[in-house]
Amino acid sequence: MPEMIDQIFVRLMHWIIGYVPTSLQPLCSAILSAVAILVVFATIFAIITVLERKGLGRMQNRYGPNRAGPWGLLQPAADGIKSLTKEDIVPHSSDQLVHLMAPILIVITSFLVYAVVPVGKNMVMADLNAGVLFFFAVGSMVELSVFMAGWSSRSKYSLLGAMRAIAQMISYEIPLVLSGVVAIMAAGSLSTVTIVNMQAGYTGIWPHWYLFTPWGITGYILFMIGATAESNRCPFDMPEGESEIIAGYFIEYSGFKFALFFVAEYLGMLATSAMAITLFLGGWAAPFSFLTWIPSWFWFFAKLLLMMMVFIWIRGTLPRLRMDQLMNFGWKFMLPLSLINLFAAGLWHFLPSGPTRWSVDSLLLLLSCFLLSRGLRRNKWFQERTYRFAS
Amino acid sequence: MTISFLLLAAITITGTAAAMSLKNAVHCILALTLGMVGLAALYLQLGAEFVGLTQILVYVGAVAILAVFAIMMTRSRTSETAAGSDPSRFSGLVTALLLFTVLAVAICTGISSQTLGGTPPEATVHAVGVALMQRFILPLEIIGVLLTAALIGAGMLAIEEKGEGR
Amino acid sequence: MNPLSAYLLLSAMLFSLGLAGALTRRNAILVLIGIELMLNSANLNFIAFWRYSPHPEALTGVMFVIFSIGIAAAEAAVGLSIIVAVYRHFRTTDLDKINYLKG
Repeated sequence: MPEMIDQIFVRLMHWIIGYVPTSLQPLCSAILSAVAILVVFATIFAIITVLERKGLGRMQNRYGPNRAGPWGLLQPAADGIKSLTKEDIVPHSSDQLVHLMAPILIVITSFLVYAVVPVGKNMVMADLNAGVLFFFAVGSMVELSVFMAGWSSRSKYSLLGAMRAIAQMISYEIPLVLSGVVAIMAAGSLSTVTIVNMQAGYTGIWPHWYLFTPWGITGYILFMIGATAESNRCPFDMPEGESEIIAGYFIEYSGFKFALFFVAEYLGMLATSAMAITLFLGGWAAPFSFLTWIPSWFWFFAKLLLMMMVFIWIRGTLPRLRMDQLMNFGWKFMLPLSLINLFAAGLWHFLPSGPTRWSVDSLLLLLSCFLLSRGLRRNKWFQERTYRFAS
Repeated sequence: MTISFLLLAAITITGTAAAMSLKNAVHCILALTLGMVGLAALYLQLGAEFVGLTQILVYVGAVAILAVFAIMMTRSRTSETAAGSDPSRFSGLVTALLLFTVLAVAICTGISSQTLGGTPPEATVHAVGVALMQRFILPLEIIGVLLTAALIGAGMLAIEEKGEGR
Repeated sequence: MNPLSAYLLLSAMLFSLGLAGALTRRNAILVLIGIELMLNSANLNFIAFWRYSPHPEALTGVMFVIFSIGIAAAEAAVGLSIIVAVYRHFRTTDLDKINYLKG
């Protein structure tokens, strides 16, 4: 019975495909998976927007949206209707074609990366040989569309915002990928399905996730910091710092195109979280061995929502960084630490299993983390603060 | 000569031709990325999955962004003055056309289809990884050193010297 | 026409386009892009020859392209930073105006 519920969507799809001629079956299967991804992740996006506004409201001691529908649950629908019916303003001097292409491209690429994310047992659209590489390759196209949006608007604010966003994304993409590499090393494969399968199995009631190793937890934390920066979320949201550059690269967009950027931002965040779940949190595996009767897709989406909650919590808690702090943190702390983490993962592989490798690895990572954070703060006390533009 | 090949070839040629002929430098870079994506799709079609995805990662994710940053930093006049009667321009075009003619004639006459391997090869990521770590380990190390040197060198070149500028 | 020739023709076309760009453009960045394009057409040749070779399991063509992409990335990084440095000196990236060494 649990097996039946677990595979219910897979069987449903096979049942539908059974009715089409054999020559059209691969095409039909691809279209069905794509439609499923579009519907499911768009729904999750809607849920998360209302969750975020309610959660932030609770943290800031106010109600949040509570007018549309019961407890404000229809707020996403109201927002959607509003953005669809708004006038679409295109600046007169803008580069029309590029201005139009940017939001389309950013949404397409944000949806494309979900093709390799396994959301349940046997539930992945394309089990590519190089799935993780595909994820990062397609994800890197987002930077280009951000530039297109900022540049084509012919506005100083949007250009500044785009340049900030790209500089930040490029700086944090390196630690993001490098911290993901430890899971690839441990699994010995670039395929997302294989990585999830390698983390299956339990010792007692505890799962074999890569999170429960010294390099795994370090990699996970680095990956999540990188993901926050990559999706321009608080505390790394300088690209849209409203006190300095109004709204960043998409100021000159209005109506539905603006909504597309909004969608893409959240989809990017969801995608990197989904990749973090795949790499470190065992994908669709249950967290305890006695809970395996609950369907795999439930666990995936439960983990996804939990990670979104953490994102919202961080946004409600931390203030925005400065640009130089952001760059220092990325290049002088995240990058060296992720390289050391790679080394630690290699060491883990060659040391005999048992408490030795645990202590050696943890010691190495803690020590380097301590020293690197000391290095970040060095010569801050003796340096006279200079104001370049305010004097 | 399948339809997919013709389509991808058309995309690639359109993108690169636009990249080489448009006036606005930023438009050129955007067209170039289109061409590079077409090229990557051609690699995927030929069965080289790893190379195709690396192509996208390097050219769309890194080189195009780098070029765009360079354009923004140099504030070069984004649109060149088009001088159609320029003799150097004309001779360049003629040279390229001659080269293409020679290459095309050589390709069309020189290759017999008997020697072609028929079955599509298996270049799994695993096989590529094993080859990189065993047979090609020395080139891999050298390329690592080269990239590190390029990183440091590019940083040193582009850093603003004291007293320069402003 | 056999499939290999089709790929080689496409690659020859890309090479000619890159050459034409490198010879006719004045903006140094676009000249560099033209050179990148020529490198890429060579890569396409390697992949096509590897695909239709009698012994594709040796993976030589794929390896060559992987290293070539690495070298192209290094070349683009250094080349563009040289252009930025030159721009700082001459205040232009127009190659016809950077002519101190012309004598």
